[in-house]
Formats: sequence, C-alpha cells, structure tokens
Amino acid sequence: MYGTKKKIKHFFANCISVIMSILILTPLFVLIINSFKSSGEANSMSLTLPKVWMVENYKTVIEQGKLVTSFLNGFLYAVCSVSIIVTVVSAAAFVIGRNRRGVNRFLYFFIISGIAMPINTVALMKVMQLLQLMNTRLGIILIYAATNIPLSLFLSYGFVDTIPREIDEAAVIDGCNSFQLFRRVILPLFKPILSTLFVLNFMTVWNDFMMPLYYLNNSKKWPMTLAVYNFFGVFENSWNLVSADIILTLLPVLILFILGQKYIVSGVSAGSVKG
Amino acid sequence: MDRNKIYPWYFTGGAVFIYSLLCFIPGVLGILYSFTDWNNFSREINFVGLKNYISVFSGHSEYMSFIGNTLLFTIATTILKTVAGFCIALLLTQKFIKFKNFHRMVIFSPQVMSYLVVGLVFRSMLHPTTGFVNNFLKSIGLERLALNWLTDLKLVFPSVITVDVWKGMGYIMVVIIAGLVSISSAYYEAADIDGASFWQKTKSITIPLLKPVIINVIILNVTYGLRVFDMIYSLTNGGPGNATGVINTAVYKEFSKGNLAMGTTLSSILFFFILALLYFILRSMDHKEMET
Repeated sequence: MYGTKKKIKHFFANCISVIMSILILTPLFVLIINSFKSSGEANSMSLTLPKVWMVENYKTVIEQGKLVTSFLNGFLYAVCSVSIIVTVVSAAAFVIGRNRRGVNRFLYFFIISGIAMPINTVALMKVMQLLQLMNTRLGIILIYAATNIPLSLFLSYGFVDTIPREIDEAAVIDGCNSFQLFRRVILPLFKPILSTLFVLNFMTVWNDFMMPLYYLNNSKKWPMTLAVYNFFGVFENSWNLVSADIILTLLPVLILFILGQKYIVSGVSAGSVKG
Repeated sequence: MDRNKIYPWYFTGGAVFIYSLLCFIPGVLGILYSFTDWNNFSREINFVGLKNYISVFSGHSEYMSFIGNTLLFTIATTILKTVAGFCIALLLTQKFIKFKNFHRMVIFSPQVMSYLVVGLVFRSMLHPTTGFVNNFLKSIGLERLALNWLTDLKLVFPSVITVDVWKGMGYIMVVIIAGLVSISSAYYEAADIDGASFWQKTKSITIPLLKPVIINVIILNVTYGLRVFDMIYSLTNGGPGNATGVINTAVYKEFSKGNLAMGTTLSSILFFFILALLYFILRSMDHKEMET
C-alpha cells in the first residue's frame, strides 16, 4: 500500500513539473507558429498549424523593420560596453579584493551600492548634455558600462579570494611589477569570472530598453529592442509579422543562453547566495 | 611587502570614474534639481524649496497613486515570486523528478528575454479578441472566462503581476536551488532516521537553513519591484488611465512632457525610499548577528 501511494505522489509531482514547463513554453510555441502564418490566418492567435509555411514573413520583417542596422547597433553597444566593464572591473576587483582596508573598503561599498540604487534618468540627461554625449553611440555605451559596473564588481570581488595570495608573492619576488602581475598572472586566472561577466552583461545590455528610450532619439542608432517596439506600434494588427520580429530579437539571447548556461547560472547563484 | 605598492589604488580608477560620472553625480545633481523649477520651456532655473515634494505628497494627487501602485506591485510580486520560486526549487531538487535539468532550464529561460519582448508577447497573447489566451478559453468552452485582461480596471493589475511572476520566478528558483544544494545532506539523513516526514524536514531543516538566501531573494525582488519600468511600459504603458502607472513610468512621462524638475523629484523620492529600506534591512541583519 505504502509503495503505491508513494508512486502516485511521485507521478503527480512529475506532472506538476511538466505543466510548469508547458506554461513557460506555450507563448514561445504560439509565437513560432504564428510567425509562419499568412496575415489572414494569424488574425486570431491559436495553436493550429499554418496551412502554408510563410518564410517570407521573416524577409518582410528584416526589410521593413530595419533589423540589420538595429541588430548591428545592439551588437556594437553590447560588445563595447561589456569590454569596458570587463577591463575596469577586473582591475578594480583585483586591487580592492587583495587590499580590503581604508579607502578601498569605502570605494567598494560606494560602487556596489549602485546594485540597488535607481538611476536618476532626468539628471543623467543633464550630465550627458554637458559632456556632449546626448544621442551619441559613445554616450549610450558609457551609460551601459556605468550601470552594470556595480553588480560585476560584486561578482568578481568574491572571486578574487579563490586565487591564493602566494601566487602574487611569488610573482613579485620574481620581479613582476603590479601591472605585469595583473596582466600575466591574475588575468589568466580570472577567466571563469570574466566569462560570466561577459555573458551576463551582454544579455543585460542587449535586452535593455530604457536607456535608448531616454537618450537616443535617432532611429538609425536604435538597438533591437527599440526597433521591435516601434515595429509593434506600426504593425500592431499583423501578428504574423510581429511574431517573426520578436523571434528574431530573441534568437541571439536564446543562443547565448544555451551556449553559456553554465556561466549564467553560476553568476546568478554566486551573486545572491554569497551576498 | 607593501600592499599599497603591489596593489596600487589607481587600478580602481576606471571603474570609480565611470560609475561616479554617470551614476553617482546624476543622483546628487538630481536631488539638487528637485528643489528647483527646472523645465524645458524656460532657460531660467529658480529655487522653489520643497514645492515639488509638497505637490507629490499633498492629498490625492495622481503621484500618490503612482507611489501606491509601485508599493502594491512590489509587495505582490515579491511574495508571489519568492513563494513560487521556493516551491519549484523544492520540487525540482527531488530525486524522483524526471528531466530535472530540462525543467530547470525551461523555467529559467524567460529570465534571459528582454522585459520589453515579454511585455509585447503577452500584450498580443492577452488581446481580448484575437489573443491566444481568449481564443484558447473559447475553444475549450470557457467563454465566460475570456475577459479583457489588460483593459479591465479590476483585472489589469493582477494580469501585470502574473506576467511579471511568469518571467521572474525562474531566476528566484535558480538562486534557491543553489542554496538548497549547499545544505549538507547529513541533516536530512539524521531526520530520516528519526522518521521525519517531508513537511517536517522542510519546516525544521530547509527553511531555517535557507534563511540568508531567502533574505537575499527578498532584497533582490523588492529593489527590482520598486524600480520596475520596462515591464509596465511595454505591457500597458501605465494604462488604462493611470491604473498601472508606477514611479518610473511617471518619471518618463514627466521627462517627455518637459517637467524635468518633477521627474527628478520622483526619482529622488524613489532613491530615498530604497536607501531607507536598505538601511533597515542591513540594520536588522546586524542585529540578528549580534544575538546569535
């Protein structure tokens, strides 16, 4: 008796997990199916398969939605800002993590307070105007770098401890100065955390929507998210095209997610379990 | 060896400079500007004292409803995401669940999508006449349940909260799973010998040992909820009327109208809010550490 009862429980628990996954996957399936329908069929969204698979939808979307430019823009912003983040954060984490006293301790808390603090978007506009960075690509890249530095520093600060101090001492005795020590010895050992930072920050920047909304008013400089939003406004009644557009936006992050899953999950769990 | 020599301070320069320039200075500047009548229509900026703050907090201004909505959204999503994330994490760490890693990956996947995209997807899914949800409900004979999810004043807030939980619970699940895995199995083995049931083990071992992780999760959720913008903007744009407007959508509205001083006042209020909250959370944590 006890055994069957347990089996039924296990069966139900498995069912619940499957239902949860279906709940998450349904919207994605609906999108994929609808992106291949003709505009008439897509008028009402449903799970019925399209009669003719319209691959042209994607072509229309890429042409009409100016997706090539915005894809390149988004890619440029993400790659540049992530490179800045990785460079300045690894240097800062190395020094602050090794020497935790005095000014460094203050600087650490000063920066990581930015994890929770909201950005004053209106006043940031003023600063951008003063620096002549309004509506420029450089401006948006620097904003992304600045807003993502706090969490990145927090993640890599914890990682510094995993590298034994003796390595530094040996390098210094062998005649390394601090720059060489950092470049030749520490950076190669930082690789795992740098990959995590790269993947996490790339996705944050790629997915962001608020900064271009505030600080870029030229549609030629828009990244994917803003282009999709604009497309949605114009083609709100052609679900098939909107779906295709959304799928194209999702594709890069989904690929990155599947390839870099390990780094994302370790970053996410390190960030909040240690804190 | 001289630490200050091997680890020179200027290595932190890049991070400190960029962060100060584009995050810290705007924050301070914003607080200063909130005492002025800064706007897009005149070049002069006059000091007006606390006028902006008074107009936010005076009686039944629309700003109060934005603040109320922000708090409601924060409280509801924090509770729901924490509970949902915890339950799913518990479920997906049990030995008898098949394809655990697949389920974990699927449930986490909305986290990597942009808030904007999730908002747009659900805006089309929840469309009253052509959306998938209502079509599906009609096709299985539940016409009465096919409602105006995003335009009905009573339904819109629960709909927005549900979508946010749909997106965010996977993240919380991953964090809690990381916490669960770090609990030593010796506790559970000892409890098994004593004949403890699953619920007893959850109540007396898992939850107490997971407390630090759960506190972190709550801080994460609360600071996200108070700052929410993308999700609301893309799903309802604060509508219908002002029913789902939150502080950050109001900031954007004031910004586009040119009422810059009001925008920065609202931002500053949010800033003080989070500062106070973090202070209390950190202090209560210190307090507990002293007791033990």
